[in-house]
Amino acid sequence: MKPFLLVMVPVSMFAFATVVAAADVIPGEVMYQDGAVAASLSGAAGDADAGKKVMTTRSLGNCVACHQVDALSSAAFHGNVGPTLNGAASRWTEAQLRGIVADSKKTFEGSMMPSFYKKSGYIRPGNAYTGKASAEADLSTLLTAQQIEDVVAFLKTLKE
Amino acid sequence: MNILKKTTLIGGILALSLGFAATAQDTLTIATETGTQEIMLKVKPPAWSPLPELISGLVFRSKETQSLQADDFGNPGMVFVEQAWESWNTTDGSAGKSCADCHGEPAKMAGVRAVMPKFNKDKGEMWTLEMYINNCRTDRMGADAWKWNSGSMVSMTGLISLQSRGMPMNVAIDGDAAPYWEQGKEMYYSSTGQLELSCANCHEDNYDNYIRADHLSQGQINGFPAYRLKNAKLNSIHNRFKGCIRDTRAETYKEGSPEFIALEVYVASRGNGLSVEGPSVRN
Repeated sequence: MKPFLLVMVPVSMFAFATVVAAADVIPGEVMYQDGAVAASLSGAAGDADAGKKVMTTRSLGNCVACHQVDALSSAAFHGNVGPTLNGAASRWTEAQLRGIVADSKKTFEGSMMPSFYKKSGYIRPGNAYTGKASAEADLSTLLTAQQIEDVVAFLKTLKE
Repeated sequence: MNILKKTTLIGGILALSLGFAATAQDTLTIATETGTQEIMLKVKPPAWSPLPELISGLVFRSKETQSLQADDFGNPGMVFVEQAWESWNTTDGSAGKSCADCHGEPAKMAGVRAVMPKFNKDKGEMWTLEMYINNCRTDRMGADAWKWNSGSMVSMTGLISLQSRGMPMNVAIDGDAAPYWEQGKEMYYSSTGQLELSCANCHEDNYDNYIRADHLSQGQINGFPAYRLKNAKLNSIHNRFKGCIRDTRAETYKEGSPEFIALEVYVASRGNGLSVEGPSVRN
């Protein structure tokens, strides 16, 4: 039996992010220009290796849940709901990539991709995957500012 | 064996296997206690449907899972149906009645599941199968209502669904049902939770695609109650709704809530034409 067919949608498709570091841009105050974000959200550079981990870990970004990425083939079962990320850095600038990861809806209207650096504007927000309600004030962003920078650093390596 | 016979035999086998390959996707033949029964896995949608074709959730599951549902002796959901059969015949409550005392054989329930949820004219509201069952228990039997997601309730919906197996789903969406259907439709297309996902994102726009290892279906509910390999029991429709909404990182609704009743009307109607399959087998 192909074991993957017995696996349901992982309960934790995307994880909590944790603490907002002092230098981080506040989620509601990110400056988007045509969907792109010029400056680092954490004020620091990203780490591509750390980004790789965020992208393949179910409890973190789990980007491969929806996107196929050749360079991440060590992680099993990439989804195909979103476009492949192969060559992403040849199609988008760093600022565009940052904007898409932080809030893709600012670039692609109506995209089903979750916004990973946002804390408000939800219908019936829940406390993670408990099914219970959460006050918007208690929500964390899906990824931290630094995790987003790490993902962007990895995406920048995906050139065609 | 002479050559002619051999050729005929091989030709027969070939035709049989080709025939099976051509039709296996569209129907499933289930081995039952008394013979076989065919259910439709792919049918034409109602005129208003946004889907080009209605596809049973079974099509998106593995061959192994499909084969479990293809044989009533291998379908683990039937254990629960048998338990419900016992409770069908068991006296309960102050009136000293069993289901059988009023209804006779469970076979009398044929056709019921195919039209659920159904507007209850006497009560002036939309009722699901669970509500009709509980009304019997409390008003006719003088027994306690079963909890929506209790084993007794879900198993009884399994026994009653089985009596309609193979019949096309035919849920009314007009007249008294219209406002419920509209409410359910609105919910279906609303993004909920911190992941901001709607039912339609996965089950209309992306069925047959994968989220990680999960092969997305159309989210049809004609197969409920469904025996899930994941939790090894029969699962109710509302419980499955809850799981989906929870996975959008949203606050869910409760089983039996007005919202889920409306959503059930809408989602059930999206499968109008597909066979009643319950108890189905899923992952």
